[in-house]
Amino acid sequence: MAIPATAPTQTGLIEVTGFELAYDTIDGAVIAVSDADLVVNPGEFVSIIGPSGCGKSTLLNAVAGFLKPTAGQVTVDGEAVKGPSADRGMVFQQYSLFPWKTVRENVEFGLKMRGMGRSERAVAARTLLGLAGLSAFENHYPDRLSGGMKQRVGIVRALATGPKVLLLDEPFGALDAQTRVIMQQILTNLWQRLGISVLFVTHDIDEAIFLSDRIYVMTARPGCIKAEVTVPLPRPRDAALQLSPEFIRLRADLGALIREESLKAMGGELNEDALKGLAVNLNGSNLAQVV
Amino acid sequence: MTRAAVKSNVKMHTPLHVAGTPADGAPCVPSAAPSAPVTASGAILLRPERAPVAQVVTADGSLPGLARRWLRLNMPAIRATLLGALAISLFILAWHVVTVNRMDLYVRFLNVPSPEQVLESARTAFSTGAFFEHIAMSCRRIFIGFAIAALVAVPLGMLMGRFALLKAFVFPVCEVLRPIPAIAWVPMAIMLWPTNEQSIVFITFLGAFFPILINTLHGMANVDEVLVRAARCLGASERATFREVYFPAVLPQVFTGLTVGMGVAWVSLIAAEMISGQFGIGYFTWEAYSLVQYPDIALGMITIGVLGLASSFLIRLAGRAVTPWSRTK
Repeated sequence: MAIPATAPTQTGLIEVTGFELAYDTIDGAVIAVSDADLVVNPGEFVSIIGPSGCGKSTLLNAVAGFLKPTAGQVTVDGEAVKGPSADRGMVFQQYSLFPWKTVRENVEFGLKMRGMGRSERAVAARTLLGLAGLSAFENHYPDRLSGGMKQRVGIVRALATGPKVLLLDEPFGALDAQTRVIMQQILTNLWQRLGISVLFVTHDIDEAIFLSDRIYVMTARPGCIKAEVTVPLPRPRDAALQLSPEFIRLRADLGALIREESLKAMGGELNEDALKGLAVNLNGSNLAQVV
Repeated sequence: MTRAAVKSNVKMHTPLHVAGTPADGAPCVPSAAPSAPVTASGAILLRPERAPVAQVVTADGSLPGLARRWLRLNMPAIRATLLGALAISLFILAWHVVTVNRMDLYVRFLNVPSPEQVLESARTAFSTGAFFEHIAMSCRRIFIGFAIAALVAVPLGMLMGRFALLKAFVFPVCEVLRPIPAIAWVPMAIMLWPTNEQSIVFITFLGAFFPILINTLHGMANVDEVLVRAARCLGASERATFREVYFPAVLPQVFTGLTVGMGVAWVSLIAAEMISGQFGIGYFTWEAYSLVQYPDIALGMITIGVLGLASSFLIRLAGRAVTPWSRTK
């Protein structure tokens, strides 16, 4: 296979300790994330979920090396992260394929940067595209592909260099529900085949449960880790799993945890009581009379 | 309305899970739902499977059929071409009418050559080598001035777009020099450069330079930062990011700049040639006026128009060739 055989249980340990990220503004420092700790063990699939704006993408970008923490440490296999590198593959929500490169050239990019020869990397890219079911599209430009296809290219491109860890930032957020479920299965397959560590950011609770070994729940801004949930569901998992009582219980628990934070994130006046009041008013006679 | 009404609303909602078919195997028909219990509203009614239908219906390949379809599909383009041809014919006709009758409509057409006279002078001009020498001279100046402008402005614009300090340093100078029309540079250019030829090329260069620079800068500002990030975490160095991401990303904007720059380069060239040239199509046009060869004025003008059009077209062609990904369908 094109992907270098990594010993799955030895590399790809992500450790984030005492992480803080603050932006300087005229009014002082605005703290986006404070005192966050997390670990992704080698070969583990870990998700971060939380309300929008809680800093989960910030955390991921710091692991990728795009942001420097104002305090704390980010290490991969014990080495401090200093900047972006091909050791940490990244998949973006906006696909971010190079529009001027064909599908195959996109997948080859990381190998080209590494100095691999033209024919060698073409072979590697074709193998990977075959795994993702995209062989027929290798010479297409990305704008001719559907969202699901684009993101398959995005994932395969990130995996082509054989990274130690794969970072995904709401990769399926822009896809429709059916495509998303299929993409989740494709990602699971690739992950199991490669034995790579995955850190996955999402706001979709079902997605997080379906994919992960463990889930970190973040608080509203300034974000920190609110809870760590182990997902005890057996693998391989399929769509029917979502009807199991285990799954439904987990979803309810996580939903409650996040709902609390989402309300905080949406603004000070919103709380459960206020929402109930709103519902009664909307369904009651007042609105009917107005309309 | 009361709370009770609200509750009954909730009951009306479709159950989350599809109920499927009843135990006897007969499919449930939704139309029976009003009297049926709530669970029946989730029943699935399968339609009989349709015979396979081809996605593309191949039409007859006969020549008349093909021609008819081609006409139908290209109708808007054909109509536009015909309208354009009609407009140009009307223009020439009007030109003919006002000049042959030597009309004076406040705007005086007394000395304006008619299309026939211009055609005649074109015939004479084409039979001698001098006219083509003028054209060759102008093209040479455009080519050199424009090429230098592109070779300087594109890399400079990219570097300025990437490095904010460089931009902060260079941009103010550009903004001061940019509004000065090329024609205002003529006296200064003559003083600056040892030969007339060089000063004309310099003015052509100036005309092309700023549109190219400004468009490149614009393109750089619009490069998707996520693409840069994607390249970086695939192991691209700063240099490789420049080559593989920034450069192709600004190419479409660069070509917009080149097209505009080419137009301004011709404007500047003609102005410079009229004032200080010894050859060139601008000089030819001005000389025709001095020598009272009025048909040659129009010939010069038309030639300039055609040359400008042709060079813009060439640039657009080149632009399409190097940006195959942005080609429409």
